[in-house]
Formats: sequence, structure tokens, C-alpha cells
Amino acid sequence: MTSTIAAPRSPYARAPRKNGVNWEKWGWIYMRVSGVVLVVLIFGHLFVNLLVGEGVSALDFAFVAGKLSNPFWQWWDVSMLWLALIHGGNGMRTLVNDYATTRVARGILKSAILVAVVVLIVLGTLVVFTFDACPAGQPADLLPTFCQAL
Amino acid sequence: MSTPTLESPPAVPEEIQSFTVTLSVRRFNPEVDDEPHWENFDVEMYATDRILDALHKIKWEQDGSLSFRRSCAHGICGSDAMRINGRNRLACKTLIKDLDITKPVTVEAIKGLPLEKDLIVDMEPFFASFREVQPFLMAQNTPKDGKERIQTVAQRERFDDTTKCILCAACTSSCPVFWTDGQYFGPAAIVNAHRFIFDSRDENAAVRLDILNDKEGVWRCRTTFNCTEACPRGIQVTQAIAEVKQAIMRGKP
Repeated sequence: MTSTIAAPRSPYARAPRKNGVNWEKWGWIYMRVSGVVLVVLIFGHLFVNLLVGEGVSALDFAFVAGKLSNPFWQWWDVSMLWLALIHGGNGMRTLVNDYATTRVARGILKSAILVAVVVLIVLGTLVVFTFDACPAGQPADLLPTFCQAL
Repeated sequence: MSTPTLESPPAVPEEIQSFTVTLSVRRFNPEVDDEPHWENFDVEMYATDRILDALHKIKWEQDGSLSFRRSCAHGICGSDAMRINGRNRLACKTLIKDLDITKPVTVEAIKGLPLEKDLIVDMEPFFASFREVQPFLMAQNTPKDGKERIQTVAQRERFDDTTKCILCAACTSSCPVFWTDGQYFGPAAIVNAHRFIFDSRDENAAVRLDILNDKEGVWRCRTTFNCTEACPRGIQVTQAIAEVKQAIMRGKP
């Protein structure tokens, strides 16, 4: 038998329309714009990390540390982080709107998504801009070997 | 003396083959049932018969309590949209020959609208959305010399596709976003807004664009294309919705 969606027996009433800024339109535009930008950023990221030069075998702590000391790659990674997390978070929000049926479940799930997005963006941004592969005053045996060359 | 006879008897018209088709109908009687249930009916059908003919046969010869809507029976009035083999179709445009009759053909009411009895749903939420987009010509000016409002062929062509809507609700009740909470305006309301938004004679496109630029408006469309697939008039519904989105972004049609 075909799967069926239980039909409601009572008519719906449309919630009264709220005044103010309409974020749905901007959310929709954001998804399109960030999607196009992310295609460039993510494939550029994959190309540089996995294909250029020695390819995937060059990937190690020193490679990442080297990239994160370059302002160009810092901004590349930060834009990727912000665009992708907000893009994904907004996508998850629309899924919750479509599938969570009760107000309470909707509220809980959407706040959980918001918290996850904010925490990851703050932590990620902090790491990208404050990352120091060779912190001063640390015992030499805990530091990567290339620090001795500095 | 013998009467003259024809050498060969006139060709007997070939008998048209008929089939026994099993219809599995989702019945619901609000006075007796708590939940809808499936009931099978066997009907003798020709390949050129339609599902509507099968329903008539059941109602007239087997079970008079079967309830369904139909008016013109020729795909114009939009009364008999129903879910046939899991797809929204007009019963009067679905031929037996196009269905797999080795299995029972399932017939049920369209989804997402309150079920009233058997194949009948309450269409009021659907028409309420339709009314909300103000589907009528609004023009402040008086046409020249008290004559008709002139339109070029190209201007008429712009919204020709969306004039075909018969408000059968096949599109809206096939939309998974509409199924979730029924708050979404739905494809049919947007199609009928599109018909006036892109009409050069109409002057209130901005009002309709503002109505549809809503939390429950065009932005809830996920371009699933269920509506386009369901439309018995072949309207490119998803394209019409996308054109309204573009118009909202431009701020004008």
C-alpha cells in the first residue's frame, strides 16, 4: 500500500502576519549567493590541499600551520567557515520548519542549531586568527620539530 | 425459388475487450468510522473508460454510499482531483489503459486538506489562500473612450500559462511543504497571483508581491516539482513560483 499522510480533520487558521523585516527573502538570497561562493572556496581549498605540489602526502601539521600563518589563507578559511556554517544552519532551520510539527519541538531544535552554529563560528574564528604553531616559552619536546629552525 | 442473399455475411463488429479492474478506495464515513479504511471494488471496464466511470459504476451499481465530487466530467471544472495510484490526478482524465490493472488501482482523497467523507475534502483552506492573493483585476484608471484595455500579443503571452488553472487543488495537495502544517500559501494561490502580477492591465502587482513575500509565501517553495507533475492542465507551476520569487527580488514584475 502506498504510504499515506494522515489527513487533518480540522481546518487550519493562518497565523496573523507579523510586521517588520522579512528575513525569509534575505535567507533565500543568502543561500543562493553563499552557495556559489562556497563552490569556489571549497574546490579551491581541496585543489590547494590535495592536488597542488606533492598532493595529499604533503598534508601534515606543518602544512596546516604554514597555511594558517598566511593572512590570505586565514581569510579564505574564515570566509569558508562563516559562509558554510550559516548556509548549513539556515538549511537545517528550513528542514525543522518543514518537519517539526509542534511549536516546542521547533523551538528546541532551532535553538540547538543556533547554539551549534554560533559556538563553531566563534571557536573556528578564534583558532584561525590566534593559531601559533610555536608558542613562546613552551618546552621544546612538546613543540613540532620545525620550531627549532625559527 | 430462393431469396437473394449476400455472398458473405456482413462483418460482425469486433467485440471490444473489457477488463475487470479492482479499485481500492479509501473510505471514511465521519458518522461511523474513527479512521479511514480501504475497500476493494471489482468493476467491468473498457480500456477507454476513465476512473470517474469506474467510480460511477460503483456508486450506481454496487455501493450508493460512495461519495465523491464531480461536475463536468471533462477536465474543466476541477471538482474531481484525487490521489490515483499515489499521484494527484483528475478522475475524469485518467484512462484505464494508462494504469496497471494487474494490481488494484488505489483511489483516495487528496492530502493535506481536512477529510470530510470518502473522496471529499474541505476545500475551504485552499480557497482561503486563493482569496488572500486577491485574484482579480485591479486597475485605477479608466480605459480610453470607455473601451477595453488594449494588450499586445506578447503581453498576453507573458501570463498565458497561469490562466489555465482550474483550481482543482491537485498541485497544492501534492506539495510536501503544504502537508506539514497547511500554513504555506500553496502552488495554486501563487499561480493565480502570477496570472495577475504579470498582467500588463493590472496595477496592483506590488500588493500581491508583498503578500507572497511572507514567511509562508513563495520562500517556502523547495522546488520539489510535485505541483508541476500533478497539474492536469500542464501548467509549469514551479516555474511560475520561481518567476514570482524573481519579481519579489526585483520589486516589480
